[in-house]
Amino acid sequence: MNIEGKRLLWQDYQKVIADDNYYYARSCIRQNFFPGSEKTFLRILRDELGKDILDDAAHTSCTGIGYHTDIVPFETTMTVVARQFSLMTEAGYRNFVPSCITSFGLYTEILETWHNFPEVEEKVRQYLRQATGREFEKPFNLVHASDIIYKFRDEIAAKAKYKLVNKLTGEPLKVVEHIGCHYSKMFPHKGIGGAEYPYVLTGMIEAWGGEVIDYPERRHCCGFGFRQYVVQANRGYSLSCSRKKFESMEAYDPDMIITNCPGCPMFLDRWQYALSEMEGKTYGKDGNGIPVFTYEEVAGLVLGYNPWDLGLQVHQVPAELLLDRMGIDYDRSAKFKGLNGKDLGRPKSPSFLKFYKDE
Amino acid sequence: MNKRVAVIGGGPSGLECAATLRKMGISVILFDREAETGGHLKQWHKLFPDRRSSTEVLHLLRDNHQPDGIEIYSNTLVERIEETGNNFTIYAQENASYMADAVVLATGFDLFNVTRKEEYGYGIYENVITSADLELMFSSPGKLVTHQGVVPRRVGFVHCVGSRDEKAGNLYCSRVCCITAVKQAIEIRQLLPQTQATCFYMDLRMYGRHFEELYNEAQEKWNVSFIRGRLSEAAENQDGSIIVKVEDTLTGRPLKMNVDLLVLMAGMEPSAFTPKIITNQATAYGEDGFMLPPDPLIGSNRSGTAGLFLAGTCTGPKSITETLADARSAALEAADFLKEILR
Amino acid sequence: MTNWGYYIQKDRQIDFEANSHEVSAEVESREPSFKLCISCGTCAATCSAAVFTDFSLRKIILLVRRGELQGLESELTKCMLCGKCQLACPRGVNTRNVVLQIGKALQKFKL
Repeated sequence: MNIEGKRLLWQDYQKVIADDNYYYARSCIRQNFFPGSEKTFLRILRDELGKDILDDAAHTSCTGIGYHTDIVPFETTMTVVARQFSLMTEAGYRNFVPSCITSFGLYTEILETWHNFPEVEEKVRQYLRQATGREFEKPFNLVHASDIIYKFRDEIAAKAKYKLVNKLTGEPLKVVEHIGCHYSKMFPHKGIGGAEYPYVLTGMIEAWGGEVIDYPERRHCCGFGFRQYVVQANRGYSLSCSRKKFESMEAYDPDMIITNCPGCPMFLDRWQYALSEMEGKTYGKDGNGIPVFTYEEVAGLVLGYNPWDLGLQVHQVPAELLLDRMGIDYDRSAKFKGLNGKDLGRPKSPSFLKFYKDE
Repeated sequence: MNKRVAVIGGGPSGLECAATLRKMGISVILFDREAETGGHLKQWHKLFPDRRSSTEVLHLLRDNHQPDGIEIYSNTLVERIEETGNNFTIYAQENASYMADAVVLATGFDLFNVTRKEEYGYGIYENVITSADLELMFSSPGKLVTHQGVVPRRVGFVHCVGSRDEKAGNLYCSRVCCITAVKQAIEIRQLLPQTQATCFYMDLRMYGRHFEELYNEAQEKWNVSFIRGRLSEAAENQDGSIIVKVEDTLTGRPLKMNVDLLVLMAGMEPSAFTPKIITNQATAYGEDGFMLPPDPLIGSNRSGTAGLFLAGTCTGPKSITETLADARSAALEAADFLKEILR
Repeated sequence: MTNWGYYIQKDRQIDFEANSHEVSAEVESREPSFKLCISCGTCAATCSAAVFTDFSLRKIILLVRRGELQGLESELTKCMLCGKCQLACPRGVNTRNVVLQIGKALQKFKL
């Protein structure tokens, strides 16, 4: 594989990412699955990079899930989004940063719709006025949170305590990168690197010392979608998509998977557990599975934050082996100690997938 | 009183047009932007349908010159053509200028830049090549191997790359790629009897004489297999071979297959080196980007400007046979025009 | 193993590498005109059996070539060997022999 060919293509898919003064729109569900991620993002931006980012309690869900599940009509979704923009304008910000990739896809889709059909924008302004009395301005810059970490990846690398490198052998870790479908498949030019060879996560991995794996099912969706897994009987369809990816990447012996979507790491992490219970098969070495991370968790790890502050204890596929491989210094016994050292109890162990309690 | 025609382009259409004009006793100056005439024919190994040698045809075309006949300016890129009163001024680089009483545009085509079809991975996965790359490999014995240096077990051909494709910006069919794919598949089978050949097509456009027979021969004699379906993506396996995903439309199911070499049949696009034309009548270009005669049905060599003629693939994809016939026809039109002036 | 009420779905991609191509090769060697089929469907259009069943010689030939052999043996029993397909085929495939040879090859390479 000739990486230069990819570099040439990446030149065509660059975009402007604002420097500072961000309005942060959190994800509705992300904190349940990956509790430390958004907090870490704010910490990195404020404490490490000295940026101004507003974490506004007044904003709501963008209703992307509802829209994609056919529960919320598009007009309603657009009005809710208009309110988000109105809050941003009111707080004095112009740069909008959603945490969720579906949100990013939705906001981009709505802005494109308004750009091509100004009469729709007018209508939504009317709806918002009637519903809340609010006015809004469209964001000057709209990028996903992973774009911002991408933009400052070298600054993070400069402050890094650890690298994506095997401490013992000195070899770069083999990393599978997986972008959320809504990042660039809908609007390739709104994603760094485009849709076929996305660069947003690859750039981070390269800057932090890792090696990216290109495997045949790299482009395949993880199966999250929305409408298909909401009904239990359909979940096999979603599960089978993730399984296809695992079967394809297995031969490349990856050390970890990094994603930038709320749903993808949830699926890629939890489905490894589900598959092991259903089939008895695990991916990764000795039944340990392939650990899955959000990019904020990885940024936090290389900066030397405490893994348990990043929320890694909630991961179904254990991260401990990878942490050891990276040579990270952490307290194994503190895994299930809450704030003030309170004992949080222990989850049940899976049948086939290894899970470390706190030895 | 000796009238002179300028032929822009030294490929098959330019050479044949110039030779035909010379036979009629008309002076010709020919401009070619490359060091040697012959255009794309120089890089081709064998021509469809009967696999005639390109080199042989090239020499025939070049030998049609008479020694004191055509003035050839090689390494000369014509940038601009201006109608100046009763004749034309041709401007090349560094402000060199030439006069002619009539002009024939024989600027030819460019092959579609297949890196624009990102999903096929040309330039990234080394075992993805174009039909032009394959012709060069045919010309060098011993070069017919994968990037890893081994004989391929299976070669895949992808039809319609850069043609019939809204995403690529070209809605038209490039006409000659289907027959080229069949020809190249047969050549692979001839040179490498142990290697399988599979063509991934949308339609098989065997429009010309003996083309359908060649398709028949490909199946019956050479065991080439054909799968009706368009490639959605190509990815690389660990051993460097290419895994392709295609919809097997005739069974109605997706199909995946490994090939050791993937050949992309690149379509034709109008030449990026077509000079700027400044005349009283606007020169028309079709929506497909090729030059458009005002009456394409009957006057396929005439542009909107009197004295300015069109030959070869600058008006659309053609085979060599069609190109040569078109070039001779353009020469006749130019000669007819000059007789009008001479009168 | 646990069952939560959903199942891993079977991949419906034709995995060309994984499929066996022995039957196809056998039919090709015994009836070379098999190679000439272009899946135009004229045989299926005229087929007597296709009027009352979903038998399609066009599909069967394709599936054999792809190595997708499940269920083909019983499908072939629907053919009455009437020969209408052979009359119609524009490529001159000996379709009746193709049907017979596919049946024989499926027997020969029965897994």
